[in-house]
Amino acid sequence: MAHFDENAKPFSQKWLDERLALSTLKRVLSTEYWIPKNINFLWAMGMILAATFGLLLVSGIMLLMYYKPDVNLAFDSVNYTIMTEVGYGWLWRHIHGVGASVVFLIIYIHMFVGIYYGSYKRGRELIWLSGMLLFVAFSAEAFSGYMLPWGQMSYWAGMVITNLFSGGSLEAYGLVEWIRGDYVPGDAFLTRFFMLHVLLLPLVIIGLIVLHFGTLRIPHVNNQDGEEFDFEEAAELYKAGKIKESKVIPFSPVFLSKDVFVMGVYFIFFFYLVFYHFDFAMDPVNFDPADGLKTPPHIYPEWYFLWSYEILRPFSKDLGLIAFAIAQVIFFMLPFLDRSPNVAPASRRGLFKYWFWLMLVDMIVLTFMGKLPPQGIWNTIGLVAALLFFALWIALPIITKLEKKL
Amino acid sequence: MKELKIFGIVVAFTLLLYWGVEPFAHSKMHKHVEGHNFVYNGTADIEEAEAKGKQEIVEAKKKFWADVEKISKLKGDVAAGEAAFATCIGCHTGQPINMGGVIPPKLDHAGALYDKKYLIALIKDPAMASNVDHKYKDTSTHPMGSIKMMMGDDQQIADVVAYIKAKKAAEVTPKEAYEEACGRCHAMRYKKWTQLGETPKFKYEKDALAYKIKVLDEQDAVKKYMGKLPPDLSNIIRARSGHFLETLVENPQSQLPGTSMPRVGLTKEGYEKVKTYLEESGDPSKPKREALGPWVLLFFFIFTILAYLWKKSVWKGHY
Repeated sequence: MAHFDENAKPFSQKWLDERLALSTLKRVLSTEYWIPKNINFLWAMGMILAATFGLLLVSGIMLLMYYKPDVNLAFDSVNYTIMTEVGYGWLWRHIHGVGASVVFLIIYIHMFVGIYYGSYKRGRELIWLSGMLLFVAFSAEAFSGYMLPWGQMSYWAGMVITNLFSGGSLEAYGLVEWIRGDYVPGDAFLTRFFMLHVLLLPLVIIGLIVLHFGTLRIPHVNNQDGEEFDFEEAAELYKAGKIKESKVIPFSPVFLSKDVFVMGVYFIFFFYLVFYHFDFAMDPVNFDPADGLKTPPHIYPEWYFLWSYEILRPFSKDLGLIAFAIAQVIFFMLPFLDRSPNVAPASRRGLFKYWFWLMLVDMIVLTFMGKLPPQGIWNTIGLVAALLFFALWIALPIITKLEKKL
Repeated sequence: MKELKIFGIVVAFTLLLYWGVEPFAHSKMHKHVEGHNFVYNGTADIEEAEAKGKQEIVEAKKKFWADVEKISKLKGDVAAGEAAFATCIGCHTGQPINMGGVIPPKLDHAGALYDKKYLIALIKDPAMASNVDHKYKDTSTHPMGSIKMMMGDDQQIADVVAYIKAKKAAEVTPKEAYEEACGRCHAMRYKKWTQLGETPKFKYEKDALAYKIKVLDEQDAVKKYMGKLPPDLSNIIRARSGHFLETLVENPQSQLPGTSMPRVGLTKEGYEKVKTYLEESGDPSKPKREALGPWVLLFFFIFTILAYLWKKSVWKGHY
């Protein structure tokens, strides 16, 4: 039995410390949670993601109060009730729509920062893996949310993506029907994706965020040079007042103050999009109500899925599906396919430098081709880019094995 | 400095990504249609006929639009036009009565909404003017086709159009513009508008249901005439680009080849009125958005400046 001071006033510092260890918690989680000093603004992407997730959560709760998951009501509950009748409904919807798109931009930046600085290696494998799980959960969340306005793109993207589960020549149409709850996307389909979007997947995401933070704790945050140093020693130096010599800074308030500044810049960008440029995140085609008898001339996913969509497209049916499936999971393998012992920025890692930039450009090319109509030269470029994607992954263990130890 | 360089790289790749999936992809996905600035002289119609390679149609269109040009040069007599206008109101009663598949539009603001040359062309041959002659073996079978027999004289056409342009040109509201130019085929449920007009309020459900049956009957008639029920336009302002809507209204064939939608011949001002109404229905938050936007951005500018000052003070002594 712990000791409780009977004279401590309820809710005083001491009273709370004895019951919650509040001071310890504050110390461990913020004032003595050590972050390397040698970082740049890209290290703020994690906090920006957390903030964007917060915006999505709050705006989502607001929208949830008026949204109706029913094939007859969904479209107008979004486009009429929320946009016309609910005070600031338009604002919440545009925040939610823009947030859903921008969150992926930041996720991709966050990922490529991790790849560039080698932040997935030597003790940091679980940071990378939990991050990838978050990417998958966010993808599922984005897709299920895209179904909800029940416009033409909701319906047809739902049709196309669930069809993938027939497994090409396996013709597993029973599985597709089971996923849809119907032969074609209908009411059962909409309500189950509604459940996934507003309950199950957000729970999974929140759990994974906690895990992702947890994985950071022991290996610590990486720094701009991939330098390994003794955090304990650096922390002691900092606490002794030698903040100039110390290689670390506390999360609060030093790291946080920079994060908040970067966040301010980000919010200017974000709300510029919300007020003046929201349409890039809200496809016009989805403002036509779902119509199972009228296929849109071009069916394409949102921009953040285009690269993997393009890996599916240029191949034959079965090969395309296999390529698509591999592309979905291959990034999980990164810490194990990179055989180099070096934790350093890509620019100092020989061939890996070219690998990094080629991968980035290749994924951008795939993204472009994924949206363009699959015809003529676009097909050829798409095929070459998809082949290059796999070639790069095959080359990765070889070029990293050859890498000289720094 | 190094941070700014990194920031520049991130911004450059983001902009490249945006350019590729938005402006570039969309320029390749949709065919380019040239606008005509709401001038109706048959140029597009003749080009379309030429592209189809049917010489007799090309000749017929050339002759038709040359005649229209000729009539437009005649001086119309408003008083004589008023007398001849009596022919028009035989059908254009302003009542929701279907004639040959569609309710004839009110002409209360026809002079303000429609282009002069278009009106001349419409009276001369409605199917040719609205560029849906491909639907008819004989354009006299157009619901308004009989006008060709009733008003065959060029001077008379010039008179009627002069009258419409002079006396039916009162200031028109966006709602009236929509009703007269679009509303007999296109419902707009967000504004409680059906092909029969604005839905009245009923005290008893059975009256509401009886009215609904009348609406369904009217929709069936329009469907039979047009081939399908024209889409509800509640949301169209967000479902199509501004350029698409503008060129579609100027000449529906340009965006939807073979469509049974007629050209309605709106002037630029008339189109702007219709567009305003489409925005009221499909994008009602626009004025609120534009009013609130600068304040939110200003807030975050100040937030960012304060955050920067805070960061500077906290980081003092760290380097």
